[in-house]
Amino acid sequence: MIQFLVHDAVDDVGVAVVDIDAGSDCSGRNLTTNESLKAKTIEKIPLGHKFALRDFAVGDSVTKYGSVIGRVVQPIKAGQHVHVHNVKTKRWA
Amino acid sequence: MAKHKIFAFRRENGRVGVRNHVIILPVDDISNAACEAVASHIKGTLALPHAYGRLQFGEDLDLFFRTMIGTGSNPNVAAVVVIGIEAGWTQRIVDGIAKTGKPVAGFSIEGKGDIRTIAEASYKAKEFVQWAAELQRTECDLSELYISVKCGESDTTTGLASCPTVGNVLDKHCAAGGIASFGETTELTGAEHIVAAKAANEAVRKEFMAAFDDYTKLVFSQKKDDLSESQPTKGNIAGGLTTIEEKAFGNVEKLGKRTKFVGCLQPAAAPTGAGMWFMDTSSAAAEAVTLWAASGAVVHLFPTGQGNIIGNPIEPVIKLSGNPKTVATMKEHIDLDVSPILQGEMTLDQAGDALIELIARTANGRLTSAEALGHREYVLTKLYRSA
Repeated sequence: MIQFLVHDAVDDVGVAVVDIDAGSDCSGRNLTTNESLKAKTIEKIPLGHKFALRDFAVGDSVTKYGSVIGRVVQPIKAGQHVHVHNVKTKRWA
Repeated sequence: MAKHKIFAFRRENGRVGVRNHVIILPVDDISNAACEAVASHIKGTLALPHAYGRLQFGEDLDLFFRTMIGTGSNPNVAAVVVIGIEAGWTQRIVDGIAKTGKPVAGFSIEGKGDIRTIAEASYKAKEFVQWAAELQRTECDLSELYISVKCGESDTTTGLASCPTVGNVLDKHCAAGGIASFGETTELTGAEHIVAAKAANEAVRKEFMAAFDDYTKLVFSQKKDDLSESQPTKGNIAGGLTTIEEKAFGNVEKLGKRTKFVGCLQPAAAPTGAGMWFMDTSSAAAEAVTLWAASGAVVHLFPTGQGNIIGNPIEPVIKLSGNPKTVATMKEHIDLDVSPILQGEMTLDQAGDALIELIARTANGRLTSAEALGHREYVLTKLYRSA
């Protein structure tokens, strides 16, 4: 059973493909390299939502699909939920 | 892709349709009542009420006529009764549809009133529907279908599973000589360079970027915030999508890995040859699918994450989802479940082949979920206020 997927080798967020509890040790797969991955969540991550694969500081970029998808507006720790409360668009701001 | 035989309707102009509708088409908002009366009187006909058609001008009026004439000209339509308040614009639409060679007749209400118009139009509608009922499906090839694609209520599973499944199908369909179209101009924001790189040549790339820049200018001229509740939608956000950029990268998975797009289309304009085409559309589902139906598309592929339920009156909309929760909780809306992709239990190639099989069955007559549930959203795109 896989709990998360990562689109690209350089991505720094994973996508939950099941509902994940806080504090879970998760197995994942990178869709580009087919590499098996491990990660630990520190918050509850609903199916389809993202969590951080590294620590982020305010102003950092978030990378998914090998491309920048937004800017960090609140500090994020590895394993935390990454969503609209801590990441915003760079395009329509 | 090997030849894939289907049984469909070859129209007078050689185009292939998968449905056999007789439509009662209002020229304007105030003729909706007469059209609905005819459609309720003559069984097997379909009225297409809409909100516009009066005092439009300029490019907006051109788009209106393209949409009306294109809807009537769609190969899924066997014959058309057009009803308008006055004779001039009614005849303009009749003449446009008549170029396809299909039966079409116009009626106008001024000087006669609703009741006599409804009676005259009903005689013609009855004649058309009885004629159409005897038309036979003939053997055609799946590659003769014009397929449109657009996703809705996307979430992150859309980019992981349902959109790349559609991309797999478009690669196979276009390689076989088929016609396809994608659009959703604002929803490419963040991934526009990826789309631009898929243009077949520099002229097409420039035309795409001009359409994209033009729509972006509109967003910036009208926006009051970062559109964070409109694009992404509330549903997108509930499904885990955070920004327009992230949504766009999932969206463009629909374009496949190998296919280049051969040209850019104004909204509701018909492709002039085989291959994949960009159409400059809104990202609102009913508006966009109405434009593709008016451009002649006969089957629409609609990936959804959180469960958009849209249908169209003349173009069957096939829904697929990679979100196992949506497939379970909204199963009556989903035609194809591609959620096993998330666990690696289904490859994109297998999912693509399953979708092609479903397109063939739909073309042969299987009703889509949206058709069975009565979803007939017919929504005109309006560019600006009427005069």
